[in-house]
Amino acid sequence: MMTSAETGQPPVAIAVRDLTVAYNDQPVLWDIDLDVPAGVLMAIVGPNGAGKTTLIKAVLNLVRPAAGSVEILGQSYRQSRDKVGYVPQRGSVDWDFPTSVLDVVQMGRYGALGWIRRPGPRDRELALQALEKVSMRDFADRQISQLSGGQQQRVFLARALVQDAQVYLMDEPFQGVDATTERAIITLLKDLRTAGKTVVCVHHDLQTVPDYFDWVALLNVRKIASGPVSEVYNDTNLRLAYGGRVAFLSRDSAAPATAQSVPEED
Amino acid sequence: MFPEVFTDIYSDYTIRNITLGATVLGLVSGSLGTFAVLRRQSLLGDSISHAVLPGIILAFMLTGSRDPLILILGAAIVGWLATLSIMAIVNTTRIKQDASLALVLSVFFGFGMVLMTFVQRQPDAAAAGLSRFLFGQAAAIIWDDVRTMLIIGSLALAILFVFWKEFKLVVFDRAFALSLGMPVQRFDVLLTSLLVIAIVIGLQTVGVILMSAMVVTPAAAARQWSDRLGVVTILAGGFGALAGVSGALISAYTARMPTGPTIVICLTAIVLFSLILAPNRGLLWAWVRQHRQSRDIRSRVVLGDLYWLSQQHEGVDHGHSMAALEAMSAGRVAVDHGLEDLERAGLAQRIDGDHWTLTEKGRQLAVSDLNDEDQDQRDA
Repeated sequence: MMTSAETGQPPVAIAVRDLTVAYNDQPVLWDIDLDVPAGVLMAIVGPNGAGKTTLIKAVLNLVRPAAGSVEILGQSYRQSRDKVGYVPQRGSVDWDFPTSVLDVVQMGRYGALGWIRRPGPRDRELALQALEKVSMRDFADRQISQLSGGQQQRVFLARALVQDAQVYLMDEPFQGVDATTERAIITLLKDLRTAGKTVVCVHHDLQTVPDYFDWVALLNVRKIASGPVSEVYNDTNLRLAYGGRVAFLSRDSAAPATAQSVPEED
Repeated sequence: MFPEVFTDIYSDYTIRNITLGATVLGLVSGSLGTFAVLRRQSLLGDSISHAVLPGIILAFMLTGSRDPLILILGAAIVGWLATLSIMAIVNTTRIKQDASLALVLSVFFGFGMVLMTFVQRQPDAAAAGLSRFLFGQAAAIIWDDVRTMLIIGSLALAILFVFWKEFKLVVFDRAFALSLGMPVQRFDVLLTSLLVIAIVIGLQTVGVILMSAMVVTPAAAARQWSDRLGVVTILAGGFGALAGVSGALISAYTARMPTGPTIVICLTAIVLFSLILAPNRGLLWAWVRQHRQSRDIRSRVVLGDLYWLSQQHEGVDHGHSMAALEAMSAGRVAVDHGLEDLERAGLAQRIDGDHWTLTEKGRQLAVSDLNDEDQDQRDA
């Protein structure tokens, strides 16, 4: 089984076609067409309720679209899911669950392990290596409720790393982390890109988009624009995505971007 | 009473059955209950346990048999029906989860009580024993019951063991489990079925009214003692068995003592003990920690004040009055107790009367405290 990435043809990591998702007759995503080239580090930005999380969930087949299709590395999600890693929103789980950091990271191996088989020494070693990469190895035996927000986020990242995927989908990996952790995470994401992986992040901080990402999709129920940051990340598109209410001008003047960092629920 | 219990367990047929039955029941409902509690389905357990009553009576009415397997089967079917009704109400109407739980509980239980009253009016003597399903009756347990519990219970625990890893992931992080392609909904159904089993297995012994305590309480107590899912599950099973056996035996040896309430009292003792005394999570230790911390802060404040005073005066050893220290802290801390703590730790010493000075060790600590403070300010 050869993917386009392996054959060296113009590779598309994620291809979204005519995707529409609705909750209770209310469209959350409307007729989205989106190509994510392999090997990019892409941000999905847009106001609250724009359907960013839903888009990721639709790609992962976690929500059923009303119409349209998604292909990952030229295959359906069902066929390609062992090449996909997922980092859910940190707040989506109960951090008081009785389990350890190492145990959570090993969950990233469950897909490769298959049914019933328990994680063995090799899985443990992989999990410890992943924790090393996020500077959390010393926390392996900690109970997860003893972690700070940034540490929780790094544990989730380590879990995605042990999935050893080609395509990573991350829902707000920078949400609620301090500046140090944010730098550590972005270094890690850039390393993934260097290793040829594709990384897609729901992102809220409009100011950091040009520094962190090379590809961007602007979303507000419909797709406003997508492409290289240098080409599509401009005031016109931002205003289309966020409406005229907010002043951005993030790169051309000293005025800071203001619509950001609001935790989203959708 | 008690010494003979232990010889009876070996010799007396009834006592042996009660002990064995209560152990199995406690083990199974306690360990399966862990997952119900982690899934926040404690109240669902309560609704199911009340709702199975008509199932028991109907099974009896339809078959005329009091075979435990048939009655448990009837209970399980209606328990499932109740669960489906709750889900259907939440999904199709605007009634919220809590109201639909209460609705199903009361409607099913009320219907069960009507059926029970009806059956007991019949001249058939076989129906007489059915009322023990309300509060449970350990003394009536026979070997057939124990065997049924053993078979169903082992099956349920085997399922839990086999799919351990899958259950853990589905309960902890549903979205991630879905992204791995796990049939999460099927595991939901399986886990809820296990909850139904955890409930119906104890109906004869504990009764429908209090059975949910047997599912929820051991897990709540066990969570206090460990942060590992495996340990919590095993401990919950152990607590369940302990409460089950002691409650069942006490009620069997005491006339007119209903078994269910007795077991629940034993459970209460276990959960209270765990809430207060468990290391880390116990309330007592939390209180001790807080007390220690405030004492520590108090003596650090006094230490800092004493150091500051010593810097203002040339002669370090001439001592400073407690009045000066009290003026400095302006009533924020109890200076006298703080000084006593410092003295005990060898950080300060009394010169004469109420004059105090730092020891060399105390001075070093005060200096390092100040350095830490500077560091914090630089970091901020």
